[in-house]
Amino acid sequence: MTTDTMVTTQLYRVYIKASPEVIWDAITRPEWTERYGFGGRAEYDLRPGGTHRVAATKAMKAQGAKLGIDVPELMIEGEVLESDPPHRLVVTFRMNMGAEYEAEGFTRLTYEIEDGGSGVSKVTMIHDLEGAPKLAAVTAGELEAEGAGGGWAYFLSDLKSLLETGRPLRG
Amino acid sequence: MAGDDDLVFKALADPTRRFLLDRLFQRDGRTLSELDSDLDMTRFGVMKHLRVLQDAGLVVTRRSGREKLHFLNPVPIRLIHDRWIDKYRERQASALADLKAELEEGA
Repeated sequence: MTTDTMVTTQLYRVYIKASPEVIWDAITRPEWTERYGFGGRAEYDLRPGGTHRVAATKAMKAQGAKLGIDVPELMIEGEVLESDPPHRLVVTFRMNMGAEYEAEGFTRLTYEIEDGGSGVSKVTMIHDLEGAPKLAAVTAGELEAEGAGGGWAYFLSDLKSLLETGRPLRG
Repeated sequence: MAGDDDLVFKALADPTRRFLLDRLFQRDGRTLSELDSDLDMTRFGVMKHLRVLQDAGLVVTRRSGREKLHFLNPVPIRLIHDRWIDKYRERQASALADLKAELEEGA
């Protein structure tokens, strides 16, 4: 698809056979986040006004070098706006993949985790990407062929795989 | 409930439903009136198709003020991609690697 600036909100939903508490931990605790998705260690200060950050891993730096991007130490950063464990997390979000991305400023990302009964939880991510078409292309997985990863759909698919089978997709 | 590949394949096996997904892919967060103005079909018909897409998890609705907005959820297709298509692609790739090894051995 051509990068379509009219798309300002992206929504992703997946059902995972795990409790909301486990999913909350898998999203907010570094020992979990380094095991799936893009493998970064997420650090959250889970209170309004607290910060969250993902430091770049060696693998990310190596991948960046291949793409001609100098991946910074602080790969992702933002502020915690709402934290209601284990159901709702709202943060601001910026990916520091170069000046063009940084110039787009902070976007707003919401995680909703609902108990769907029978041990299944419904996980919804809503990413408000107004004014951030570069980041929107990355989170939509449009740059996967260029090596920038499959975006949030891949991230959630991998999270589901890890929590349901004990292994990530590429483990 | 999602996780049900059958519902996804069934939902995708219809040109009108693929058209609706394409419209949402181009621009997400549309109302029913926006979606049915693109189609030569009764509103009831469009609603039926949207219901099938929602049951498969491919379309998710959210309220925004008085409006109900329809969003494309790409995750069910990604799950099929990750669990099925990748698997066969890997096998294909390893078959090619075997063929290469065999041909080179014979040379």
